[in-house]
Amino acid sequence: MKEDIRVAGLGGQGVIMLGIVLGKAASLYADFNAVQTQSYGPEARGGASRAEVIISDEEIDYPKVENPDIFTSMSHEALMKYISDIKQGAYLIVDSGMIDETEIQDIIKEKNLKYYTTPATQTAEEKLGTKIVANIVMLGSLIKATNIIPVEAVKQAIKDSVPNGTEDKNIQAFQEGMNIVQKKI
Amino acid sequence: MTEEYFVQGNEACALGAIKAGCRFFAGYPITPSTEIAELMSQKLPKEGGRFIQMEDEISAIGAIIGASWGGQKVVTATSGPGLSLMQENIGYAAMTETPLVIIDMQRGSPSTGQPTKSGQGDMMQIRWGSHGDYEIIALAPSSVQECFDYTVKAFNLAEKYRVPVFVMADEIVGHMREKITIPDDIEIITRQAPEKTEDYKPYEAPCNGTPAMPPFAQGYNVHITGLTHNTKGYPDADDPKVHETLVTRLCNKILKNTDEITEIKSKYTEDAETIVISYGVPSRSVTTAIKQARKDDIKVGYIKLETVWPFPEKQLQKIAKNAKRILVPEMNLGQIYYEIDRVLGKTAKVELMSKIGGQVHTPNEILNKIMED
Amino acid sequence: MTEHKNRFLKYLREERLPHIFCPGCGNGTTINTILQGINKSNKDFENITMVSGIGCSSRIPGYVKCDSLHTTHGRALAYATGLKASNPKQDIIVVSGDGDGTSIGGNHLIHAARRNIDLTLVCINNDIYGMTGGQISPTSPEGTKATTAPYGSQDKPFNIAEIVKAAGATYVARWTTAQPVQLSKAIKEGLENKGFSLIEVISQCPTYFGRKNKLKTPTKMIQWMKENTIPIQQAENKTPEELKDKIITGTYINQPRPEFIENQDKLIREVSTIDPDENIRKAYGGNIE
Repeated sequence: MKEDIRVAGLGGQGVIMLGIVLGKAASLYADFNAVQTQSYGPEARGGASRAEVIISDEEIDYPKVENPDIFTSMSHEALMKYISDIKQGAYLIVDSGMIDETEIQDIIKEKNLKYYTTPATQTAEEKLGTKIVANIVMLGSLIKATNIIPVEAVKQAIKDSVPNGTEDKNIQAFQEGMNIVQKKI
Repeated sequence: MTEEYFVQGNEACALGAIKAGCRFFAGYPITPSTEIAELMSQKLPKEGGRFIQMEDEISAIGAIIGASWGGQKVVTATSGPGLSLMQENIGYAAMTETPLVIIDMQRGSPSTGQPTKSGQGDMMQIRWGSHGDYEIIALAPSSVQECFDYTVKAFNLAEKYRVPVFVMADEIVGHMREKITIPDDIEIITRQAPEKTEDYKPYEAPCNGTPAMPPFAQGYNVHITGLTHNTKGYPDADDPKVHETLVTRLCNKILKNTDEITEIKSKYTEDAETIVISYGVPSRSVTTAIKQARKDDIKVGYIKLETVWPFPEKQLQKIAKNAKRILVPEMNLGQIYYEIDRVLGKTAKVELMSKIGGQVHTPNEILNKIMED
Repeated sequence: MTEHKNRFLKYLREERLPHIFCPGCGNGTTINTILQGINKSNKDFENITMVSGIGCSSRIPGYVKCDSLHTTHGRALAYATGLKASNPKQDIIVVSGDGDGTSIGGNHLIHAARRNIDLTLVCINNDIYGMTGGQISPTSPEGTKATTAPYGSQDKPFNIAEIVKAAGATYVARWTTAQPVQLSKAIKEGLENKGFSLIEVISQCPTYFGRKNKLKTPTKMIQWMKENTIPIQQAENKTPEELKDKIITGTYINQPRPEFIENQDKLIREVSTIDPDENIRKAYGGNIE
């Protein structure tokens, strides 16, 4: 098993954090190897940014994601910027409140994507009272849709990564994310 | 107890330094190495150690040389532009035999270049950057675990040979996160103080050897100078013999111990007609490519230079003796390639695979080149 | 005839004498005042280490029987900062000249002062580059002739004492080599000040400065210095025109504030249970004897 994962969003949405939690969950709390990389530079200062994670049960040599098996985006701009090299039959999970679906219909069909939506940002704001945890909501949806890492391992990694005192709120966000994700195609 | 972390290469370097016994860091912020300084500023005070953000890279290396003589294991971290500024004082450290570690997170170059992109453009600068004849040691990690392991090893080599040791990483490895495992039984070399005799000579050394290092403020009353000095440490810049003896020993203490210092990794080389030789992050693409090629029954092998300087000339000649073709992927326009061509060019066709611009070669690019023949 | 032995000879590496300084150079007087300053201070000579850069004055530590680090041009204070931090128990004297300390090393000078790190800098200012044969320096007065200013210097010179005071040093004094008593007292006070101390020594270079500027003999140079010296208290009531090219001597500041290493130690005690002193000579696996 080897999964190439790309997490896209805007600077400040916590996509790097999402990538780190995924990598930690896979390599420290489950029996996988993981490599996490990210975009640096001016693009990370407010514009579209991305984190990438490779998870594998074998040693990971080449560390970069070429054609993602799993793509998730929390922003329309980042989605359009980074989606073109997505693999045939890959998972696409998007924050439904943040993107314009009409623009991705073609690629979903053309690449035969497994398409999921989740109102992550809206749920974070309305149910959890803060947009800050939208990335963890998104993580919940990603794990529920793809089932790539055991849920318990991800929860451990969340507790290990978030600021002290916010563990419960983040676990709740993760749980919400698992509940709200919907398979569209 | 074995510890595990999921961290960046930069962080692994800092953790390695502290594990090796380093309690002094002086540095200056520069992308993409800054996280090392940041983590050291956070961790060192907790270890009772000291972190100083200096006014520039020149003073950063000056401060670590001073602290090394004061009795500390020392490190600084930088990238191309900062490394260029350090060069005069790197020569001073070589001349005075000051143990220190420099972590170089290479980025796109020359000049300001590509601060947030990767490159391997400093490989010759560390070899020849300061004026005159001198030798250094350089290790090139390709993973986060190797960032930790090689940093520890760099300290051990610096202590053993009293020489600047470089950890030649790059932006990709520095910013990438992977799991590292820190075992509790790591070999750490500590300094041995010399015997305090009546007529103590700090630079009296066995043939091609390294003398023990005296700490300051311990009654040795040594004089340390970058001028050509005699065994007593006193300046003697006129006598050709004194200069020749000193500089030859400084070089030979490394060159004559090349086999002991250097390590290389190799696989599938016995029957290989083509061998890919790499160091640092391209080695990862090479490994992926070779695994694929072997599945397709292509007789290709690889060699990874863990130590780049001193150049493992004899080891390479031994391992690659049957190869007809050598490929050298480098993230520059050819640096170590020329060294490999010098060493293997008589028995094989050595081909450079340059890649600049910030990205590492993809496994496919390497595979295609292998198939080209 | 009985041989007169200098009382400070025991502090020197006798086997390295004679020194390389020219006849009449101010470095000799300065060495004497440094040793006298140590002697009069509450510091122990055994605990002194010296650091220098490149230049005539930077050769001084090589003649003193203590641990001495003769570093690269301009960088003495950077090396000394690391040396001090690695083992704060040493008392460190840094010796530099005007070119070494304020031109190539100018940045390190203001930052060492800003940090208020406990170092004592003796900056021997002879207004010229001596080691390389008489070039203009950042402190050469306007009109000074030098091998790289054959028509006379056109630039405004640095006022070292004022710059270092403004940068945050806690002890700054300026005296000339014609005032050895005041000079050794200032070095004593600088050593005893817990923080960054500068003692600017206005010195003579008869070989280069003198020869180029109609002051060929050491006596003439000393005479010129004496005639142009004004105590800092008297200078307060004079106009800038009256003070042009004058040597204003005295104590510029002597006012302690928290020192760099003390601040670090305070932080370490807040965040750690490890005493920073436990790490002295850590490379040797801890303290050694």
